[in-house]
Amino acid sequence: MPETDFSLASVAPALPEIYLTVMVCVVLMVDVFAGQTRRGLTATFTLLTLAVGAGLTAMYSHVGVRTTLFNGLYVADELAWVLKLFGFLFVAFALLYSRTYLNDRGLLRGEYFVLALTALLGVFVLASANSLLTVYVGVELLALSVYAMVAFDRESGIAAESAMKYFVLGAIASGALLYGMSMIYGLTGTLSIDVLADHLRGEPSLGVILGLVFIVVAVAFKMGAVPFHMWLPDVYHGAPTAVTLFISTAPKLAYFALAFRLLAEGLQGLVQDWSRMLAALAVLTLIVGNLVALAQTNIKRLLAYSTIANVGFIVLGFVAGTPAGYSAALYYTIVYVLTTLGSFGVVVLASRKGFEADELDHYKGLHARDPMLAFMMMMLMFSTAGVPPFVGFWAKLRIIQELWATNHPWLVVIAAAVSVVGAFYYLRVVKLMYFDAPADVPDTERQTGVRFALGLNAVAVLVLGILPGPLLDLCARLIHQ
Amino acid sequence: MITLGHLLALSAVLFAIAVAGVFLNRKNVILLLMCVELLLLAANFNFVAFSRYLGDISGQVFVFFVLTVAAAESAIGLAILVVLFRERRSINVEDLNTLKG
Repeated sequence: MPETDFSLASVAPALPEIYLTVMVCVVLMVDVFAGQTRRGLTATFTLLTLAVGAGLTAMYSHVGVRTTLFNGLYVADELAWVLKLFGFLFVAFALLYSRTYLNDRGLLRGEYFVLALTALLGVFVLASANSLLTVYVGVELLALSVYAMVAFDRESGIAAESAMKYFVLGAIASGALLYGMSMIYGLTGTLSIDVLADHLRGEPSLGVILGLVFIVVAVAFKMGAVPFHMWLPDVYHGAPTAVTLFISTAPKLAYFALAFRLLAEGLQGLVQDWSRMLAALAVLTLIVGNLVALAQTNIKRLLAYSTIANVGFIVLGFVAGTPAGYSAALYYTIVYVLTTLGSFGVVVLASRKGFEADELDHYKGLHARDPMLAFMMMMLMFSTAGVPPFVGFWAKLRIIQELWATNHPWLVVIAAAVSVVGAFYYLRVVKLMYFDAPADVPDTERQTGVRFALGLNAVAVLVLGILPGPLLDLCARLIHQ
Repeated sequence: MITLGHLLALSAVLFAIAVAGVFLNRKNVILLLMCVELLLLAANFNFVAFSRYLGDISGQVFVFFVLTVAAAESAIGLAILVVLFRERRSINVEDLNTLKG
């Protein structure tokens, strides 16, 4: 046994998790004491918690070199640090956007904020996982919080139905993940991701491949890659829009971390095998996601299929199987979350009390009714479609460059072709907003603060597109093996 | 003599029964929850078998974590089921068809 040297300084890298765990309890208590009448207090307090957490993380938990804590269960490196900072940022924006929406529908309850924080804790645990056990705990912490958030609107039948589907399919994915982990554990004799990487060199045995298949299936399920995507459109559609907004942000960072820690770090010796499996999944995902999105009339379903199509790109980054490929996937994930956060923010703002702006027809002539909102939506749609100079263009370009560099010309052709198909349905939204007669629907939400945040979000999409250097360099620096 | 092979075969069978149960069952959501539990138990069985075979305790520690998480998972599953039943007055799997993936 190694000498246990336990001091406060030695656990400083785990500060974000410790802080968040404490604050979950505090927020719960604040909500109890705030009572029925002052629900806004919990929301404000949660935002404050996230801001303070981001500050503490930025100041105290940065590590220059990769360190492992808690007997190797937990790893602190720059990748985890940056993922956590982005986690704080994205969740804060998601909660800011959803506040009025929740308040108007009588859903502004403490549970929402507590569950959002526990989900974020799951993201953190995954980002820092260095053992199969930690990976599993992180996945479940995130998933269980999100199941409950989807079913959060108890008056809504479709929310309950989609939560049930999500729960059952998610539980199967966890089962597959565990089964795969047990095979890998049995055949290598270790749970530690570092040690696994050393054990799995050379020709793999059949059992290891079997375990790998289960793990790849589980990762694909969690990310929403075809053919394991069935839950995703239903959950995006069925959940209250505020929850859909949340699901499309921080959990995506977590699933990047899941794929990276498990496949790229732990099972890097099997890169030949899993990259072929992922290539097949990515092709299916890109084609199905983009083609089915063409037929959607509901904007939440449209964005769900757009998510599936984008997941295809993230998976392609892993297919490349090189550190540069993983950093392209990381860049794509961050850019995608930033853009979708804004898109769902627009959907939330376009809805009013007693009215859900979830059909595409509700966006007809949005420019005439609310030029600012329409302009922001246009920027976000252009970015997702990959139109320069928006940031989405660079994300797609990086993935395609890495695929080309690693000699996957066919995947490059498919990725480019489906991007063109994808551009059609994003531009259709823009066409509806700018060139169609205004729809007869209630006014949009005029909250100045939220509009300002959404404006920042849309401007970030443009600025990062014009000056892509810093974020690209950051992503390249975070992943080096 | 019971060998590792027997134990692994048993856990594979349990896993297969659980997955088949989830996908073939069209009657009752509670059966789905039971199959999900069986799925996790099949994986636990694997962990314990390997842990015994390797003489390494960490597999059994993992099982404790899985059991705890499984308890939380069924609590959330049943809570969703209650919400669903209040809305639909039915726990029939075939009635879960308003949303079509």
